[in-house]
Amino acid sequence: MSWIVTAVVFWLAMWTLNVRLAKGEQTRFVKILVPTLFGVTLLVLWESFVRGFSISPILLPPPSAIAARFVSSLPTLWEDFVQTFIKGALSGYVIGCSAAFLTAIAVDRSDFLKRGLLPIGNFVAALPIIGMAPILVMWFGFDWQSKSAVVVIMVFFPMLVNTVAGLSAKDAIQTDLMNTYGASYWQSLFKLGLPAAMPFIFNGLKICTTLALIGAIVAEFFGSPIRGMGFRISTEVGRLALDMVWAEITVAALAGSAFYGTMALIEKAVTFWHPSQRN
Amino acid sequence: MNETVISAKNLSLTFQTNDGPVHALKDINLDINKGDFVSFIGPSGCGKTTFLRCMADLEAPTGGSITVNGMSAAEARMKRAYGYVFQAAGLYPWRTIGGNIRLPLEIMGYDKAEQAKRVANVLELVELAGFEKKFPWQLSGGMQQRASIARALAFDADILLMDEPFGALDEIVRDHLNEQLLKLWARTEKTIGFVTHSIPEAVFLSTRIVVMSPRPGRIADVIESTLPRDRTLDIRESQEFIDIAHRVREGLRAGHAYD
Repeated sequence: MSWIVTAVVFWLAMWTLNVRLAKGEQTRFVKILVPTLFGVTLLVLWESFVRGFSISPILLPPPSAIAARFVSSLPTLWEDFVQTFIKGALSGYVIGCSAAFLTAIAVDRSDFLKRGLLPIGNFVAALPIIGMAPILVMWFGFDWQSKSAVVVIMVFFPMLVNTVAGLSAKDAIQTDLMNTYGASYWQSLFKLGLPAAMPFIFNGLKICTTLALIGAIVAEFFGSPIRGMGFRISTEVGRLALDMVWAEITVAALAGSAFYGTMALIEKAVTFWHPSQRN
Repeated sequence: MNETVISAKNLSLTFQTNDGPVHALKDINLDINKGDFVSFIGPSGCGKTTFLRCMADLEAPTGGSITVNGMSAAEARMKRAYGYVFQAAGLYPWRTIGGNIRLPLEIMGYDKAEQAKRVANVLELVELAGFEKKFPWQLSGGMQQRASIARALAFDADILLMDEPFGALDEIVRDHLNEQLLKLWARTEKTIGFVTHSIPEAVFLSTRIVVMSPRPGRIADVIESTLPRDRTLDIRESQEFIDIAHRVREGLRAGHAYD
């Protein structure tokens, strides 16, 4: 019972504190402190309720157990991270996004391709990834190459559609201007088409960060060597070691956020001129 | 000074739309001489912008012919025969003002030192010195339009085509820019084609005023200005100015421009 009371008191105290902080002066410190307190409160509530109500660790392990498992399994988590994120997700992301980018340039240049390739891209995007993954594992083997292939298929279409939309984002005057200079196709592309497309391209790149991670993890459910985040999740669930599953989820969440954040930072630097980024 | 720079013969352009063909231009005949300042005036839909775009090879005529510097409009465009100023500044927001002016120079392959020199020169010319490192969205509309004029002046084209460049600006800024434009024209001796729908602007700037009327777009009257080339804003109070303005208005009326 004491756990529950502690939790409620802590919750109310943090709530009051945050309301007061949010009403006060918005310094940089306060802006970071408010969401941090919110997160800490959630963790404390989680921990207290799990202990207070004696919830089975199989249903929901307390954060402290997850943290302990996280620290004691660092080498394993690192090995899984390298296997799934660096080798599977990242390589697939780079290959898929680059291929989509180059295809988009070709599609933008040729009406024939626009009408021929976009529907095929649409079709591939509609394929259920759960169905494709086992096939790709058969084709490319158990190791990271097949995971990379799944990621390529997952990120290709969103990136293609965004880049194609971006390449037609330039306005009529900007295009006419290039014509009055007698600019070549490539000059026009590099000095107008691509810069104007950047906000769209980064939109695609950001969406694809999360897709890549999901794709790489899910693909491991259909066969993988004895490492990798998806492999670990599916086997540890079978052994009822849910704290390890949660530790892997933590790694995935951290990696995914960092990946997305990195792309958002690069976007801010590249598209500083866009109305959505100016301040 | 009577060398013909732009020559249109029986020029026609018909747009095919879903509501049937639209005759934007019909049998236009006009010669523009070197050093002239020619204004095109008329109501919306009279084809004045389309005519200017034909000179620039941004629009392909469906009949007749047009030559620029003695060659086809397409050849002239590839030889960078003209600078074009659009209704909106159309500056690239990811480039600074200096970068925008450098854009045509980069495309045309001027070397770095020459680029820097020319950018500094034209910024001086449009009174924007000191704004080179600013981005377009940090400047007022009038300043952006001046930057776009500087961009059209940066390379060596003898022809300047301007499509209602001051249309979106307030009258005070417009007067000021008109005066600057005349000075610039006197200094650079360029041939200028200028589209407007303001009678005072056309009369104040031009050596010749081409009055156009719509449906189909054609030339209703060509008025040779008797005003001296060297003029200031005061000239707008003179009887001569009022007479020319009157004739322009008559031309617009005769072309049923007010229907």
